[in-house]
Formats: sequence, C-alpha cells, structure tokens
Amino acid sequence: MIELYVLLGLMIAGAVIAIEVKNLLSAVVAVGIIGLALSIIFLLLKAPDVALTQIVVEIVAVILLIRATLHREIALKSCGTRPFGAFMGILFIGLAAVAAIVTFNSLAPFGAPLMTVSEFYPINAIAGTGAINVVSSIILDYRAYDTLGEATVLFTAVIGVLTVMRSVGKKKEEDLQEKNE
Amino acid sequence: MNAYMPYVLCMILFSIGVYAILAKRNIIKIILGVVIAEYAVNLFLVLVAYKVGGRSAIFSETQVILPESMVDPLPHALVLTSIVIGLATTAFLIALAIRLYGKYGTFDITRMRELRG
Amino acid sequence: MSKEHDPGMTVIVKTVTRLTVGLILLYGIYIILHGHLTPGGGFAGGVIIALAFINLDLAFGGSASAKIFSKGKTGVVEALGAVMFLSLALIGLKYGGFLDNFLYSDGNPGQLVSAGIIPLENIAISLKVGAGLFGIFLTLIILQKFESEKK
Repeated sequence: MIELYVLLGLMIAGAVIAIEVKNLLSAVVAVGIIGLALSIIFLLLKAPDVALTQIVVEIVAVILLIRATLHREIALKSCGTRPFGAFMGILFIGLAAVAAIVTFNSLAPFGAPLMTVSEFYPINAIAGTGAINVVSSIILDYRAYDTLGEATVLFTAVIGVLTVMRSVGKKKEEDLQEKNE
Repeated sequence: MNAYMPYVLCMILFSIGVYAILAKRNIIKIILGVVIAEYAVNLFLVLVAYKVGGRSAIFSETQVILPESMVDPLPHALVLTSIVIGLATTAFLIALAIRLYGKYGTFDITRMRELRG
Repeated sequence: MSKEHDPGMTVIVKTVTRLTVGLILLYGIYIILHGHLTPGGGFAGGVIIALAFINLDLAFGGSASAKIFSKGKTGVVEALGAVMFLSLALIGLKYGGFLDNFLYSDGNPGQLVSAGIIPLENIAISLKVGAGLFGIFLTLIILQKFESEKK
C-alpha cells in the first residue's frame, strides 16, 4: 500500500505548511489540498460513499473560509504563537503519545478488522431491507435515529449562523433611535 | 511496527491540529486546526474498517459477491454523519470569526480583551 | 464580489456556467434517486444541488440565484424536508415501531423502485441538507456587506 503512505505523508506536509505559513490565503489553499488527498485515500480504502461526501463538503468549507479571509485589508498576515499555549500543547501531545502506545497493543492490526458486531450487516442487508448498498441500508434503516439526529444538528447550526449574523441591523437601528432622541 | 504505521501517521496529523488550536493567536489558524483535527478523526475511523483484499460494500445483480469479502461497512456510516456535522461546526465558527472582526477590527485573540456592551 | 459595479466574473466563466449548471443539477438528482443502488445517498446529493446554485451565484454576481431562492423560500424548503422525514417515521409507528420500513415487501432488490421507504428518506434528507447549506451560504456571503465597526 505504498500509495497510502505517500498520500499520508503529503497530508502531514500540507498540515505543517497550513499552520506555519504567514499568508492566510495560502493556509486555506493548503487545507484544501489536505481535503483532496483525504478523499483519494478514502477511494483507496474502498469507501466510495465517504469519498464522494468528503470532496463536496470540503469544497463548501473552502468557499466559506476564503470568504472570511479575502475581504479584509489588514488581516492577511497571521500573528504568531502564544508561549503558554505552545507549552501546554506539547505536554498534552506527549501524554497522548504515551496513552497511544498502551492502546495500540489492543487494537487489531491494520487490514484485519475484528468485525464482531458488524458482520450482521452485509449478511442481512438484502433480506432485511432490500437495498443493495449496505451503507445506505445502515444509515437509513438500521440506524436511522443517527440520521434524524444529524438533521437536527444541521438545523441548529443554520439557526445559529442566522442568529449570530443578524444583530448588526438591530444595533444600527438602536443607534439611530438614540441619535434622534 | 509495519502493521500500525497508518495509525501512527494519523495520530501525528491529529496532534498537528491540536497544536494549532492551543498555540496560535490568529483565529483563522485556530479554525484551520479544528478542521485538520476533524479530518484526522474521520481518517482513523475509515482506517480501522479496512480489510486487505476486500471490496466495497455494495452488492450486485449480475455477479455473486460473498458478504465475507467486503470491508467493514459500519464505520463508513458513522463517518458520513460526522463529515456533515463537521461542516456545520466549521460554518458556525466562521460566522463567529466574521462577527468578531466586525467588532474588534482584528483577528488576534489576545487583543479581544475588552467587554464592550 | 469585491467591486460592486461589476457583477460576476468574466465572459468565459459565465458561458461555461450557463452550459454546465444544468448538468450539475441533473447529476445531483441522479445521486439522490439511486442512493440505495450505487454509492452516494442523500447527503452527497443534497450538497451537490446546493453547489449548483452556489456556482450560479458566484459566476453571475451577488443576487442571481437569490431571486429564485430568497432566504424565506430556502427556510420553507428545509422545513419541508424535515417534516417529510418525521412524517415517514411517525407513519411507521402504526406498522411496528418508530422509523419502521413499512413499504418493503420482499420484492425485487436492484430495481429503482425497491427497498421500502429508503428512497423517500433519501429525498427528504437531500432537501434538508441542500437548503440548509444554501441558507448558510446566503447568510455569510451574499447578505453581508458590513465593515469593521471600530474605526
């Protein structure tokens, strides 16, 4: 699986570039490249639904990020690091590495999953639901509550964005009223 | 070590994202750190589900496909939901960043100390 | 969008958009309707339909598709998707439980009309996700023209 390691190396290089470069627009482009490499990795790991969803969602995220960084005159440069935050970051990453060494011993090796719970799904998908796409039958019949929850979270996020972006007009109205009185 | 190498690389990617959240001052860099950490978590879930020599989890009308030769389909279903929720979180963070720029005139979080009413 | 007197992009972008935006919309509808046969499903198809309208908006200036879908109509479409999903779930209560697959009848797997309520749920999810993402795009990009308040 040499292509998998090449693409993982490209993603790590892209991530280091994205958080260290000073121009904000270049950082957003680097994150776009990470998303594209991730979608190709999903295709290599035989997951076509996930690859299709990942690339179209990443296009929308890059459009929104460019909107936030492009129309501002002075903020095209980033500002540096916080020393206390950097120290705590290194500390927690060290603790996580120690925990990972303990955990990886009990994980199944890459390429041979245990599948004790999920061998039910491919065996019973056609007889139980009639759909030949097993992932669709999981997200819309066996675990449809998760899809209902995801629709609720998306609805809440849209309401949140509308609320956060709306109070500009109201404040100007109150200022106008105060000036008139 | 060769059996666990993709997991180790995925964890390096996640720690780069967490470092960006904790140690950067520009709010756009913090948002990019959240995005990178989400990509790393989704990648880890799909890596756990891979079976060497397996095929994707779709049956066919014209061929006979054994269910034992498919990759694990359950983490794919979880990752599908997680990708869309990650987009909703990112959109909300960007809306907050735009509003903060409108109020304070800068993206630097160490200068947003005043509580203006 | 940075210069208000020049709506949209160059002539090349406008011509290519006119030719391909119908094909993008058709591809999105195909991915939604065949969600139970081929990879895809409601999430990817809904985002592709929203991207078709976003493409129209970015190429022709600020309000090319905001005339077709204003903020009010987008909210109505999103709520319609949610109501459709919930009503399919509640009708299943009569047949054996919440979210039961009540139209499935051991029929012919692999055809377009099969698998019970799964294609209808795909259509409902795609309406909700597509309209929600288009609403977020309208709010953050088209309807925002303010500058920094602290001058």
